[in-house]
Amino acid sequence: MTSITARKGGPGLASGHPASPSPSPSLRGRRRPGEALAKVALRLAAGITIVTTLGIVAALLVPSLGFFAEVPVSDFLFGDRWAPRFAEASFGVLPLVTATLWTTVISLAVAVPLGLGAAILLSEYASARLRKVLKPLLEILAGVPTVVYGFFALQFVQATVLREWLQLPTGAFSVLAAGLVMGVMIVPTIASISEDAMSAVPQALRQGSAALGANRMQTTLRVVFPAALSGIIAAVVLGVSRAVGETMIVAIAAGNQAVVVTDPLQQGQTMTGFIANAALGDSRVGSLEYDTLFAVGLLLFCITLLINAISIALVRRFREAY
Amino acid sequence: MTKSFTKSAVLTAAIGAAALMLAACGGQPAAQSPSAAAGDALSGPVVADGSSTVAPLSEAAADLFRDAEPDVDVTVSTSGTGGGFQAFCAGETDISNASRAIKDEEAEACAAAGIDFTEIVVANDGLSVVVNPENDWADDLTLEQLQTIWSPESEGEIMNWNQVDPSFPDQPLTLFGAGTDSGTFDYFTDAVNGEEGAIRTDYSPSEDDNITVQGVSGDIGAIGFFGLSYVEENEGAIRAVAVDGVMPSTETVQDGSYTPLGRELFIYVNNASYAEKPQVAAFVDFSLENHQEIAEASLFVPLTEEQVEVAQDELATLR
Amino acid sequence: MTTLQSAIRGIRPLTGRGGERRPGPVVFLVLLWLSLVVAFGVLATLIVTIVLEGMPQFTTRLFTEYPASSPDEAGARPAILGSIWVIATTAVMTVPLGIAAAVHLEEFADQRNWFNRLIELNVQNLAAVPSIVYGLLALAFLSMLGVRDKSIVIGGALALSLLILPVVIIATREALRAVPAEIRQASLALGATPLQTTWRQTLPAAVPGIATGTILALSRALGEAAPLLVLGALVFVSFDPNGLLSGYTTLPIQIFGWTGRPQAGFHELAAATSVLLLVVLLAMNAVAILIRNRFQKRW
Repeated sequence: MTSITARKGGPGLASGHPASPSPSPSLRGRRRPGEALAKVALRLAAGITIVTTLGIVAALLVPSLGFFAEVPVSDFLFGDRWAPRFAEASFGVLPLVTATLWTTVISLAVAVPLGLGAAILLSEYASARLRKVLKPLLEILAGVPTVVYGFFALQFVQATVLREWLQLPTGAFSVLAAGLVMGVMIVPTIASISEDAMSAVPQALRQGSAALGANRMQTTLRVVFPAALSGIIAAVVLGVSRAVGETMIVAIAAGNQAVVVTDPLQQGQTMTGFIANAALGDSRVGSLEYDTLFAVGLLLFCITLLINAISIALVRRFREAY
Repeated sequence: MTKSFTKSAVLTAAIGAAALMLAACGGQPAAQSPSAAAGDALSGPVVADGSSTVAPLSEAAADLFRDAEPDVDVTVSTSGTGGGFQAFCAGETDISNASRAIKDEEAEACAAAGIDFTEIVVANDGLSVVVNPENDWADDLTLEQLQTIWSPESEGEIMNWNQVDPSFPDQPLTLFGAGTDSGTFDYFTDAVNGEEGAIRTDYSPSEDDNITVQGVSGDIGAIGFFGLSYVEENEGAIRAVAVDGVMPSTETVQDGSYTPLGRELFIYVNNASYAEKPQVAAFVDFSLENHQEIAEASLFVPLTEEQVEVAQDELATLR
Repeated sequence: MTTLQSAIRGIRPLTGRGGERRPGPVVFLVLLWLSLVVAFGVLATLIVTIVLEGMPQFTTRLFTEYPASSPDEAGARPAILGSIWVIATTAVMTVPLGIAAAVHLEEFADQRNWFNRLIELNVQNLAAVPSIVYGLLALAFLSMLGVRDKSIVIGGALALSLLILPVVIIATREALRAVPAEIRQASLALGATPLQTTWRQTLPAAVPGIATGTILALSRALGEAAPLLVLGALVFVSFDPNGLLSGYTTLPIQIFGWTGRPQAGFHELAAATSVLLLVVLLAMNAVAILIRNRFQKRW
């Protein structure tokens, strides 16, 4: 799954295949009203994607406007106390953002080395037979549902590894456990796209490097890696966006305490964790609690959009044309 | 190539049809069921929402009820007592589970929406304060100590057990508890801090008491609160403490000595649902007729005899 | 020779001028292998711990019983049926729409038009949106329609359809792209209209790729829980789903619910259900890969 989605889901990988030219009017022959109708239907289908995006923006924006009518934007973005449903309510989103930041950083610290390592191995060192075995295995890693990863994070990583084996001072939930498992979940994303990028580097470059006396490690690090940089950056950025948007692992294993996270061994509530948790309660349409849900959703959407945009810009900067 | 496309399309349609058929077949009653008291088999939905304290009771009732009436679809959600009332007063649910009595505003909202309801006490509860089993210093907490731990002024200030009582060890305090939609939350804040909703906000709130159990069982310095049934359900994982010298138990709750945290648990029945939907009426009647068995199955404190009589009277007004 | 031997033999000349002895490159290679070992080690640990924990609960009761207050009487039957209902509905909603949209974008749209390039960019962005936002979208949409009870099959299917639509579109486009232009041109040369060409030549040729992509997208939808949580699907359900407007629960939601309970018995149930879900997903992925390998035409 990752290989297909990742390959085309990476931003900036533009399509080069031209559309088939339509025949000139004189060749059209018999009029077929069904044709025109069908083409309109197809165009409508494609338009649904625009409607979806507009829908997302509208769905998030409308309640958010209601939210910001009551809560000043600066309070929301820069406040450090998140207590939206309490009597003495406070809507500072920083605690959620710090938790998201921590889980993302931890997961990248795991996923980038492991993912790049796997990618380099697969693209530069492995034989075709080995690749045939390893690639599907990587896809399995991507196919495990995040609920199951969350369960694993809570039961094994937090309870057994962190508390029992390593005797770390931590409770039933922690940002660290969630982040570590999230990292493993993202490995296939980074590995797959990076491997595609590295495989796309022409063999001539490698041969040239070898001819100049470099060994494989030097070739990989100094020739292939820089040449594939745009794809690798795309891979890492996609990994970041997946980490930011991940819900189930943090909902299960990171805890519910919405305070600014200073220590990965403590609990934290990420933006996605808040949305999931709040949705478990009941919020009346139009109430401030309902609007809060969408305000956080809007922030999340904007952040992922921003990450995507940065990725496209970076890829365009570093792209090497062959 | 057209053939293979058609073949795939047919195959996909066949799989889809098979799946739906399987699902439909699964929907039919499996075994012969003991006939209900009323005779004809009932069907239809019964929608219950509200307190996560009362939910295990509803679930146990639904379990037993399914043996009698397998075609009735009972759903139990746990949006919290407050959340449940919001849905109830919008006419979305038939039964609202509540771990506190309905507030005036909520009753007004129901009246404004034209929803008449009947309040029925279904069980008793001792709202228990729990700590980690390895916590060997807090066996008995006074109400004042609970206030020190939970009051709004303690937010960011009281972070260690030795600030609660100098004889307690130097152990960071981690707090878990019910969320703001929860009746347990309302009742606890009212009883301990003197005002509903008054509490420090730097704890781990959850509408699901199970999460509180998990949290407390995982941290030696943790403290939490939830209903007695959850204490008995999770005996090894957490430990209840005595409040002002009284341990919560069936006896102390029923005779009123566990105070101020002893309370009644309610269901609120939508009168119209009861009158117009026979499956709802059957479920409510069944719950009351078999209240002892249900309370034992879900580890709740059963009703006293007087309470049973009062409940029966309330039900009678419905019929 | 054994796979291991051939693997080693395959690697040895790759370390550089045959028999590289300097520590640097060798350490590098070791680190690379280590990364794979760690990643797969974690996966293996996950599978082993889940299988071991779920073993006691892997009985027929898991398939036939409804959730209960006691783990010894509970089963995942409504979750299994609910997943089938939701995924089938999602497939019916998404697959024709996704294929139609992809056909338009790939075959009929003028690639130079800014509007169509916007759609392309849009689809790629949508594929990267967090899944929970799709839940919020479905929530808002259903609220707008005035739907009271949002934890119904069609609601969940709506959220999941929107979630995997970009994936289906992207996969279909790729499959269409793999069909050589000569096929289309030959068809047109023989007098077929563009629509006939697409319907009778291009699409059928792309079916294996489309099928693979669709199955993988559906398998992703099967494993999703976040959007459904937002729609209020975490509910104690003690009946089989019986219609598009019926209440439901799915396997991931059920796992989530049982994970939250503190009793060990429920954790065993969650583990057993996770094993079931993993087996189903593995089967779906295997089918998809099988289709790709067996039916993929090499042009």
